[in-house]
Amino acid sequence: MKVPFSWLKEYVDIDISAQELQDRLFSCGFEVEELIDLSEGIDRVVVGEVTECVPQEGTHLFLCKIDAGPLGKDIEISTGAPNVYQGMKVAAALDDSHLPGGIHIKARKMQGHMSYGMLCSGEELGLNDDLFPGSEVYGLLDLPGDAVNGTPIQDVVGLRDYIFDIALTANRPDCNSVLGIAREVAAILDKPLKAPATDYTCSDYVFEGFKVAVTAPEFCPRYTAHGVHNIRYGQSPQWMKRYLALCGLRSISVIVDITNFVMLEMGQPMHAFDLDQLESSQILVRRAAEGEKIVTLDGKEFTLNPENLVICDGTKPECLAGIMGGKSSGITQESRELLLECAKFERDNIRKTSRALGQSTDSSSHYERGVSEYTVELGMARALHLIQELGCGEVSSSHFDIKNGEDFTGSVMDAGYEFKGTLSGINRILGIEVPADTVLDILRRLSFKVERDGDSLLVKAPAYREDIEIGDPDLAEEVIREYGYDHIVPTFVQDATVTSGGLTPEQERKAKLKRCMCAEGFYEVQTLSFYSDADLDALHIAEDAPERRVIRILNPITDRLSIMRTTLAPSMLDIVVNNIKMGNLEGRIFELENVYIPRQLPVTELPDEIPHLGFAVFGNDEDFFTAKGAVEGLAEEFGLSFEYERAQDIPYLHPGISAYILCGGERIGYVGKLSNLVMSELKLPKDSRANHKIFLGEIDYAKLSAHVKAFQYVPVSEFPVVERDLALIADENIECGDIEKEIRKACKNVEKAVLFDVYRSAAIGAGKKSMAFKITFAPEDKALTPDDLNRFVKKILGNLKFRLGIEMR
Amino acid sequence: MQEQIKELRRQMMDAIGGIHSKEDLADFWQNYLGKNGQVAGLMKNLRSVAKEERPTMGKLINELKTETEARYQAAREKMEEAELAARDRKEQIDITMPAKRDRVGNLHPLTLTRNEMVNVFSGMGFEIYDGAEIEDDDHNFTRLNVPKNHPSRDMQDTFYITEDILLRTQTSTGQIRYMDAHKPPIKMLSPGRVFRSDSDATHSPMFSQMEGLVVDKHITLGDLQGMLEKFCQQIFGESVRTRLRPSYFPFTEPSVEIDVSCFKCGGKGCSLCKGTGWIEILGGGVVHHKVLANCGIDPDVYSGFAFGIGIERVAMLKYGINNIGLLTQNDLRFLKQFREV
Repeated sequence: MKVPFSWLKEYVDIDISAQELQDRLFSCGFEVEELIDLSEGIDRVVVGEVTECVPQEGTHLFLCKIDAGPLGKDIEISTGAPNVYQGMKVAAALDDSHLPGGIHIKARKMQGHMSYGMLCSGEELGLNDDLFPGSEVYGLLDLPGDAVNGTPIQDVVGLRDYIFDIALTANRPDCNSVLGIAREVAAILDKPLKAPATDYTCSDYVFEGFKVAVTAPEFCPRYTAHGVHNIRYGQSPQWMKRYLALCGLRSISVIVDITNFVMLEMGQPMHAFDLDQLESSQILVRRAAEGEKIVTLDGKEFTLNPENLVICDGTKPECLAGIMGGKSSGITQESRELLLECAKFERDNIRKTSRALGQSTDSSSHYERGVSEYTVELGMARALHLIQELGCGEVSSSHFDIKNGEDFTGSVMDAGYEFKGTLSGINRILGIEVPADTVLDILRRLSFKVERDGDSLLVKAPAYREDIEIGDPDLAEEVIREYGYDHIVPTFVQDATVTSGGLTPEQERKAKLKRCMCAEGFYEVQTLSFYSDADLDALHIAEDAPERRVIRILNPITDRLSIMRTTLAPSMLDIVVNNIKMGNLEGRIFELENVYIPRQLPVTELPDEIPHLGFAVFGNDEDFFTAKGAVEGLAEEFGLSFEYERAQDIPYLHPGISAYILCGGERIGYVGKLSNLVMSELKLPKDSRANHKIFLGEIDYAKLSAHVKAFQYVPVSEFPVVERDLALIADENIECGDIEKEIRKACKNVEKAVLFDVYRSAAIGAGKKSMAFKITFAPEDKALTPDDLNRFVKKILGNLKFRLGIEMR
Repeated sequence: MQEQIKELRRQMMDAIGGIHSKEDLADFWQNYLGKNGQVAGLMKNLRSVAKEERPTMGKLINELKTETEARYQAAREKMEEAELAARDRKEQIDITMPAKRDRVGNLHPLTLTRNEMVNVFSGMGFEIYDGAEIEDDDHNFTRLNVPKNHPSRDMQDTFYITEDILLRTQTSTGQIRYMDAHKPPIKMLSPGRVFRSDSDATHSPMFSQMEGLVVDKHITLGDLQGMLEKFCQQIFGESVRTRLRPSYFPFTEPSVEIDVSCFKCGGKGCSLCKGTGWIEILGGGVVHHKVLANCGIDPDVYSGFAFGIGIERVAMLKYGINNIGLLTQNDLRFLKQFREV
């Protein structure tokens, strides 16, 4: 919100600089996002008097001599402006001067004559007619005759001023106006507030038979209107034009300007209806009918529905309530009588309508922040006062006031929230002792009415402070922001109970899983929890696959981020592809974050959020077994043993190079090579696609975690383990896992049976392979003897031959 | 006999000088000190020496034997040393060649930061609560004193699943969930992902927050500053200070922003703190009476403070990361730089 410094000074005698005020506002909760210095960028531009003015023959130029007071007499400056005359007071940009927009003026030769500067137009000074009259004439800015030569131009044209651009917090809509900030400034500086005049006298004139009704009080809790007659169309006074211009509004006509001025000054949007243009003598505030249409002042047509509030005459909508007036009943030069509207509309409804229609105005943004009924009453009075003061109409006796749908004759100006508080309660919240007198003084400055009885306070908040609603905490906040947060003494919960804290075992386990993955050479990544249908399409996941039972976001920013993920595979692949594109041709990544599984579709209750471990390995040195190695590493760290089952039905993995991971017979995840089809469809640089291998894996952490048991030490045998190597000849189609299983089955002393070599040769024969296993035998209650070992080996070989037709090499 | 002994010693001395290999050494042993060696031979010849000379000659032979053994031993040691040195020379490698090691990965900078923050608060007695990322309106807004139609709902653009179910916009949801299940004394920290539908160069639709909550008897605004100042000192260095500024959150009253003095320039003003000497880091305040009451905790008996902190922001400040996008790009060249402190 923009607040001109000069405007603030109308209401408070401010005796500190704009920069100091900025700091004071900041420490009281009003952050000045930008302090705009209007004089900035203009330097060595002064009032000059044209003492001589001679047309230069053969050119359009005038050779002028300028009296710039102490900065020089007889300064020669050429100008092409046709309106220059001798005795004119002008804005003279001297040699080495600066104008807005970074323009640097230096002495230079013009048509053979040296010109030691430039005479300026209003536009060149960044002015318009509203900021300073005559600024938009063609040619030089003609300054008043009493301007003193040599005075910096900013002091003459009203640019010695600042604008505070203030970021308000959502709880302080009462400060969304110049007066609102002025109230705070008055409190900060402990100066009286010079409240703007709101008195007016009504004529005897009555708008006979005119009626106002509100049928949608839920959207319009307060509606006031007042008739004005004998309208005199005209221009606003300069002071009003200037304030509007400083806040970015252009002057239109005095009546329209008054409504805008009151909006900026009081924070109360207003509207004026031309009564001649209404179809009947009534105003009806109602919900729009389905499909009803309105054309607003800016010529746009909108189709409405009952969630939109409209102000109607007898038949048709004349105003989109709180947002913009209709084209047909706007104030014109011909308007004779008007109805001034000043209302409180429900902020949420204005927000919704404004967003739905894409129509946002200064008025709607005020209503969205919130307008109080206090402001409604104050704004109306102020507008009527200004109409009378500026002589642009007569205030009739027709006043309409509807509160919660019913006629209302009272006032809420003195209806602030009343509550009990205590001095000790305030101090208990703050943790310091604020002197009682200070508390009372601060509350007085903020216009709270306080009666003190010992420790207790009977408090009445000002009517515009609708954010005050509980008691001591509100008072504590008001007190400390004025008293200063630097009075708070940092303490360390000195009175609190000791608590133990820390991670739960489950949280520790998740952290451990991450550390394990790091130890396996993986880097953790963080990817978005949502992606798109297209990401699932890219992995050829079937329409009826479980991964397609997704939770959809109703209002995604983009289709690319529209569904909550059900598998981490697309996220992992995305990161791998991005890395390869960046030239990182090998790597290992993982993520341990949630997938989101709906309990039913459409969603009616909170879904299940299940942490999944997603991982990927890629690069020339990786193969299925390095990926599997990482999984085995996890199994070992968590004291589990995994089994692997060929996975041929995972659409994005290679059917021959992929496995389900089983734990205790339950599928807990998968690991495998990216399918040739998906690989060929990736948009990878050609050379890297040719060389690259990508392996993906995913483990349901919840399932994994359920199998983990508390660790227990197992006694170590006092006798040594013994190893034997066995070279076996097996049929080509027999898999390592089958052999391993049979070896274990044959002998309970087998602790490990690990394949360490596979060998094929003509001597072994076609369709056969030699497989060498290293078998570790564990002793029981006595040392293993050579006889024991021979017996074990014999049993193993016998079983292998019987079950798999395997011979010893 | 004496001549023989002298002669043998002379020979022996020559032979010692001629030892250049293990074989030479073995020959020497055999030749002089073996069972049938020359020193033993002299001893055998002692019988042919006159009886009265025998002790003298015997002594001389023994002296020769001792000397020969000592010289043999010295020669052997010298030989072994030389062999070892030769072997060492032969085995020498280029130690500047690349090391061989198993690759070890690392945690994402956000996790590192989060862990560090969790550790600090764990040490202060905070329990860690992992809240759900998909929440209902009640826990994300209404019970946090953001009723329907409240303008502060506009402060956070929300992703909706249904009219009532949404992606949480703040980890403050953890306050309600935790206070429903636990009664004071409470010290709770709830880190996690949050989602907002305002995405641009400086905002991601998903980011991480950490909510903290303390509820007990006699908790004050001073406690909030004191505890968070300790936190900031552990994260950013012992010398940092904090300051409070008024702010607004619907679920705290009074509400404050907590700034930390710039740890780069010490508060003098630099590019990191944009010349102010202070860095915005945390929001918080005294828990709103309505929030306590909404969770069945009597605000007349108990009080508390709550705070929220953006993990990305802390990570970026700590590591000097200037572009938030780097945290989600997951470029390995970026990720590989990070390590635990």
